[in-house]
Amino acid sequence: MTETVLRSSAEKRRFNFDMRALSPFIALIVLVIAGALINPDFLTASNLLNVVTRSAFIAIIAVGATFVIAGGGLDLSVGSMAALVAGIMILTLNGLGNPGYGTLALGMLAAVGLGAACGLANGLIVTFGRIEPFIVTLGTMGIFRSLVIWLAAGGTITLRNSELRELYRPVYFGDVAGVPVPILAFLAVAAVGALILYKTSFGRHVIAIGSNEDVARYSGVPIWRVRTLTYIIQGICVGIAILVYVPRLGSATPTTGLLWELQAITAVVIGGTALRGGLGRVWGTVVGAIILELVANIMVLSNFVSEFLVGAVQGAIIIIAMLVQRSLQRGR
Amino acid sequence: MSSVLRAENVSKSFGPVEVLSGISLDLRPGEVHAVIGENGAGKSTLMRILSGHLQPTKGSLYLDDQPIAFSGPVEAESRGIVLVHQEILLAEDLTVSQNLFLGREIRRFGLVDDRAMRDRTRAILKDLGTAIDPDREVRRLSIADRQLVQIARALLVPHKVVAFDEPTAVLTPVEAESLFQIIRRLRAHGAAILYISHRLNEVKAIADRVTVLRDGRFIATRDIDGLEPLEMARLMVGRDMSKLYPEKPATASDQDILSVRTMSVPGYVEDVSFSLRRGEILGFGGLIGAGRTELFESLVGLRPSEGSIALNGRNVRFNDAREAMAAGVVYLSEDRKGKGLLLRQDLRVNLTLAALEKFGRGPFIDVPAEERALDTAIKDFDIRTRRRDLLAGQLSGGNQQKLLLAKMMLADPQVVVIDEPTRGVDIGTKEQIYRFIASLAEQGRSVIVISSEMQELIGLCHRVVVMRNGRIAGEVAQTDLSEDAIVYLATGVHEERAAEIAAGQA
Repeated sequence: MTETVLRSSAEKRRFNFDMRALSPFIALIVLVIAGALINPDFLTASNLLNVVTRSAFIAIIAVGATFVIAGGGLDLSVGSMAALVAGIMILTLNGLGNPGYGTLALGMLAAVGLGAACGLANGLIVTFGRIEPFIVTLGTMGIFRSLVIWLAAGGTITLRNSELRELYRPVYFGDVAGVPVPILAFLAVAAVGALILYKTSFGRHVIAIGSNEDVARYSGVPIWRVRTLTYIIQGICVGIAILVYVPRLGSATPTTGLLWELQAITAVVIGGTALRGGLGRVWGTVVGAIILELVANIMVLSNFVSEFLVGAVQGAIIIIAMLVQRSLQRGR
Repeated sequence: MSSVLRAENVSKSFGPVEVLSGISLDLRPGEVHAVIGENGAGKSTLMRILSGHLQPTKGSLYLDDQPIAFSGPVEAESRGIVLVHQEILLAEDLTVSQNLFLGREIRRFGLVDDRAMRDRTRAILKDLGTAIDPDREVRRLSIADRQLVQIARALLVPHKVVAFDEPTAVLTPVEAESLFQIIRRLRAHGAAILYISHRLNEVKAIADRVTVLRDGRFIATRDIDGLEPLEMARLMVGRDMSKLYPEKPATASDQDILSVRTMSVPGYVEDVSFSLRRGEILGFGGLIGAGRTELFESLVGLRPSEGSIALNGRNVRFNDAREAMAAGVVYLSEDRKGKGLLLRQDLRVNLTLAALEKFGRGPFIDVPAEERALDTAIKDFDIRTRRRDLLAGQLSGGNQQKLLLAKMMLADPQVVVIDEPTRGVDIGTKEQIYRFIASLAEQGRSVIVISSEMQELIGLCHRVVVMRNGRIAGEVAQTDLSEDAIVYLATGVHEERAAEIAAGQA
């Protein structure tokens, strides 16, 4: 009996899996067509490049979130972590003072290092404390956020040295052969992420833990190391995102990175990664992040919905994306 | 005699494959009717049809000689057909009486009437010959008591037919005997009992008639008088049982490879010592919950434990399964689906998961090498799969077990611990697995087989260690291997007494 039941469901599943992998790309095409119909300015190279550039922060963070979620975890602290990393990076640059590439490099190192350290903290508390990642990162979300408010004394942390600002500017505003640097950065992060997740034994272990932690443990997979590493990767991704973010405004405020966790997790879910773990789609995540920014862009260009409601629309999108995932699953 | 529930030529197909074909069965009031058969013979499917969980594809059911088609288990229950599930399906944090009336609470003025439910519960439990406190949380009950609660819940509704699915799987012989008394009492009240089991001694003790299924087909219905367990086994299997087990390889040396001293696992195992020889197949017998699984899980570092382990004369301590594997000790979990295989991943990913470092090419995984390993495994272990890209969850139980064996053998272990090697595995695959275990010993490896099937231990092992309540109760040498000897050690009940219980004369 099992044999046949399985055969039919296998074919169905295969079809659905393809649907699930393809659906973010289909949604992207639909949105582009919709945008073009709504406003003729939408389908210009400058607008589209602008949209993709703006999506870079979330895309980079969401690549990290893909690891955490595929491994069966969750990180709600990324938005606050981003604010804290931005604040500390700017303070480091201000403290070092003298404008030069050396200073910039040290600041960048501080940012990525702090991101990794924040991820390590999340990871160690989750693995050794045996606490739900939801609770752990909810706690660190509060901690990181209030740390940056405290550091800024409720105000703004600004990159004071204008020479340094000029030096750093090209990282967000510059381009290589017409492609803005942020886009190159997030393509690079996504490519490296995909390579690690799909081609290395670490990536295989992440999927195994997300699939079934017990099986992984009984198979000799070093659970705590792999799980902690996913949070560290998440932290490094936040650090890299901040490298691209800081030159844009040159400041960090208590509202920096607000709701970024919502956007990052939404991008991952839209991209087809299973929220219960065991399946990760790096390129889907990238498309998910672009979709989010496209929706915001279309809202600005059209007059249907107030652009102040962007967060509401993004919140609705994650719920709809989950419903779609669920119905695709039920089909198998 | 008239029948209360009758199935006529019932068939059930899933897709093009028929799992039941043309089964006829009649249940008479006041009889215990046993249905026996190997795993996969269709016993459970038949029972699910009779209790309304499944619709037959062909054939019809008659209730009191009226044709009937149940829309679902709820309708079947309202017609007086109740099923006592094999698994315990109770809310652990609720009390006994809350569980009994879950979903059908007695209400007064719109509020639950706890006192009435408690009184009814006490009365029903008394009827079953037990004095469980209705206010006790189910979490604090023993497995046997939980099962009683489950039976009480099933009997809450007026019942004509009561179906039991392998009810004694988790019970000690003494507990089983009190269950039999309940069944006899139900029978005396005129209910028809459908009793599904593959424990033949038990069937002999309790049943009035026996229906045998094999490969989804009806083989025979016989009166119990004059039907001995051996004949039942022959009918079930359809061939001589003696060829199931391979010759025991004469490879056990007198050289200890593994020696465990005063091992304790908090809450499960106390002060266990044993040793394993090179080329030996050592059995671990005992009742479910005796601590065998926990002992070996802690041996390979999956649980914290105390005591000393010597491997090849050197003291070792494993902190996780990885270290144990590196030292050449692997443990194959009894819980294949929960702890053995990633059901949602494909065969290749599963096969290489435990030995992924052997498939590295620089920092990356060498997928072609994995594919070659899968080819080899499919051939060596006879894993039957239509397509190589199936998910592990889509394989049959037997093929999953073979995949798990293949996966763990990639670590090239010296000591292989197999927990319940043939649970949920069909008879043909059983034979293959037994041959494979024997061949491991022939290659000079040592094997520990944990099994609740006494026949399996007797047929396969050089020596059997029996555990009871977390301690070693004794050891049975090859020449003394018998069911009686193992049961005696496993239960602590004297042989004569055990024989009486088995014969149902306690």
